[in-house]
Amino acid sequence: MRPSPARLLNILVPVKRAVDYAVKIRVNPQQTGIDANVKHSMNPFDEIAVEEAVRLRERLKGAVTSITALSIGPPKSLDTLRTALAMGADRAVHVALPDGAPAPEPLAVARTLRAVIARHNDAAAAPADRIDLVVLGKQAIDDDLGVTGQMLAGLLGWGQATCASRLEVDVAAGEALVTREIDGGAEELRCRLPLVVTTDLRLNEPRYASLPNIMKAKKKPVETLSPADLGVDYTPQLETLKVAEPPVRVGGGKVANVDELIAKLKEAGITAA
Amino acid sequence: MGRFHGRSTTVLKPKTTQEVSEILKWCNERCIGVVPQGGNTGLVGGSVPVDNEVILSLANLNKVRSFDPVSGILVADAGCILQMLTDYVAPHNHIMPIDLGAKGSCQIGGNVATNAGGLRLLRYGSLHGTVLGLEVVLPDGKILDQLTTLRKDNTGYDIKQLFIGAEGTLGVITGVSILTPPAPQASNNVILALPSFDNVLPLYQTVKRQLSEILSAFEFIDRTAYDLAVKHGQGRALSDEDVEGAECFVLVETSGGRREHDEEKLNDLLELLLTADKPLVNTGVMAQSPAQFSSLWALREGVTEAVSKEGKAYKYDISVPLSSFKEVVDNTREHLLSKGLLHDKAVKFVLGYGHVGDGNLHLNIVADSYLPEIEEALEPYIYEVVSSHRGSISAEHGIGAMKTHALPYSKSAISIELMKKIKEVFDPHGIMNPGKVLE
Repeated sequence: MRPSPARLLNILVPVKRAVDYAVKIRVNPQQTGIDANVKHSMNPFDEIAVEEAVRLRERLKGAVTSITALSIGPPKSLDTLRTALAMGADRAVHVALPDGAPAPEPLAVARTLRAVIARHNDAAAAPADRIDLVVLGKQAIDDDLGVTGQMLAGLLGWGQATCASRLEVDVAAGEALVTREIDGGAEELRCRLPLVVTTDLRLNEPRYASLPNIMKAKKKPVETLSPADLGVDYTPQLETLKVAEPPVRVGGGKVANVDELIAKLKEAGITAA
Repeated sequence: MGRFHGRSTTVLKPKTTQEVSEILKWCNERCIGVVPQGGNTGLVGGSVPVDNEVILSLANLNKVRSFDPVSGILVADAGCILQMLTDYVAPHNHIMPIDLGAKGSCQIGGNVATNAGGLRLLRYGSLHGTVLGLEVVLPDGKILDQLTTLRKDNTGYDIKQLFIGAEGTLGVITGVSILTPPAPQASNNVILALPSFDNVLPLYQTVKRQLSEILSAFEFIDRTAYDLAVKHGQGRALSDEDVEGAECFVLVETSGGRREHDEEKLNDLLELLLTADKPLVNTGVMAQSPAQFSSLWALREGVTEAVSKEGKAYKYDISVPLSSFKEVVDNTREHLLSKGLLHDKAVKFVLGYGHVGDGNLHLNIVADSYLPEIEEALEPYIYEVVSSHRGSISAEHGIGAMKTHALPYSKSAISIELMKKIKEVFDPHGIMNPGKVLE
C-alpha cells in the first residue's frame, strides 16, 4: 500500500564510516583485506547526502520535519553519526555491529534500512510523521558497490533517482525534480514521493561542522539497535578470495625516431592489423 | 619573486662533497664569487646572484646518508628536497622537525643555511636546536666535518651554529644531520573566528593552558588575508554566518599520541570557549576528516599564494611583540593612506598573518605593481616601527640581498662588526655569496 502524499517531509540519510579518501590504502600481509587501523571518516557521497538534506530544510523551512542519520557498523560509527548530527541532522540511529565484524553487504544494508523505515512508519501517529525520502550516497568509496539505493527502492517499492546532481522537492505536491548526470548531458526526472535519491559529487559541497553545532550534536538523541532488533542477517553472501595491490606501473621510455618506435612495438608483439 | 635578476652564465651541479670542495678551491684562488643555491624558494634574494657569480646548485647532492629509527637521527645530503625527506622518514613513524609551504621544492641545505622557520617551530623549536651536525665546505676547499649525531656535545665553540642562518656567506653546507621527532598519531585542527584582535592574546593563553603538550600550531590570519585566500580558491571557505563579524581568525592544530585523549582535550577547550560569559570567539569550525584538515590549513598556507595572485607583494617578515600585531598592520595601512597610496593603482591591500606562537608577523602589502613611491613609503618606515618595538626585521626569511641595508635596525654596531670579523676569518677573499647579509 502506498502512503498518501505527505505534506511534511521526514528524511532518512544513511551514512557509512569508511577509510578516509586521503589515506593511502595498504593490503594486509595475509591478503584478506586492508589495514583498517587508519583514519576513517564519513563516506564523501554520504556527506553530500547529509548536506543536501540540511539544505532542503534550509530551503523548505518547516516543511522538513526531521532528518535522521543512520549508520550500521562498529562502535566507532558513532563518530560518523556525530558528524552528521553536527552538520544538521536531528537524530541518529546506530545499528551496532561488534568490532571486527565483516562489513555488511548492500542487500543486508537495504534490508536494514527497510526495517528501520517500517518501524518508524508503523509507529507514526500521522501520515506527516512518515519517512518519505531517503537520500544516500550513490556508492561508498571503500567497496564501490553502488547498489544499496537501488536495492532499497526495489524492496520498498518506491521510486528511485540515482546519481543526482540537483534535487528540488515540492512537498505540497508530493513531488521531486531530480537532475541526473548521464553520458553527454543531464537527465531530469520528475518523481513522486516517497523516493530514494542517491547523490553524485556535483550535488553540493558539504559544510564544515561549526563548533556550536558540534556541541549541540552531543545532546541530540542516538538510538542504538541490534541486528536482532531489526531481524536482519549480516552473514556475508560474497566470499573474498584475495585482496591484492594493483601491479606497480612500469615507467615509459622515450624513443629517438619512428623506426625505433616500430621496433619497440614489434618487440612488444603489437603489429598493424 | 621576480624582483632579483643576476647575470650569471654558469651553473655548476656537483654530485659529491669532493667536487664542491674542488670548485670552491678553484674559485677562491681566482677570487670568483659563488652563490650556493638550493631550491631557490627564498623570499629575500639570498640564492640569486647580484652580478655574474658562479651558481653552485646543490640539487645533485640528493642522497639520504643514514637514518637511525631508534634515535630518529637523519643524515642527508644538502640537496635533498624537504618533502622527499618527510616521505623517507614517514614509514619509520618520524616526521621532519620543519615544515613550510615550499616543502615540495626547498632543500634541506637551504633550510639550514637560511635557518628557515615554518609551521612546526612552535612545537619542535628552531633548526639551531634540531640540527645536530653539519658538513661544510669552506671557501678554501677544506671540508669541515662536523656531521656528528650526538645530542650532547659541549666541547668548545659550537662552530656549526654559525652556518645555520649564514645564508651561504661562510661556506657551503653539503650534509646535514638532523633530529626527527616521532610522528604524531593523531592530528586535529580548528579555525576560530574572533570578533576582535584584542582576543587573540587571551585566547592564546587559554589554548596553551588547556591543550598544553598537544598544541602544535597557533596561526593568525586577519580578515583581509582570509578574504584573499578565499577569493583565490585556497581551501574551502567557512559559511557566511560563521565568518560574519569576524575581525580575524586563528587556526589551532593539535598533534598527539592518542586520538581520544586529544579530542577530549580539544572538546573541553571548545566547550569552555563557547560557554564563557564573555566568549573570546564568535564561533569556529572543526575538521571532521583529513580532507577538511588540509582544507583548513590551505586557508592559512594559501595566503602566500593568494597574495601573489592578487598583485605585486611587498613582504615583511617581522618579529614584534604579539600585542602589537594589529597596531603594526593598521598603522602601516594608515601610513600608506596618508601618503595617498592606498587605491586601485597603488596599494590594494595591507594584511597580516603569521605565527602567533612565535611572535612572528607576516606583514604583506599587495600593490598593483612595484612602484618606487610605495617602497619609499614603506622603508624605512616599517623598519623603524620594528626597531621601536625591539623586534626583528626578518624573523624567518633572512636578510639575503633585500635587507642588507636594514640590518642595523635589528643588530647593533658591535654585533655587525663581529659578524664582519667572522666573515673575514672564514672567507677572506669574499667569494661566498657576495652582497648577501652584510653589505
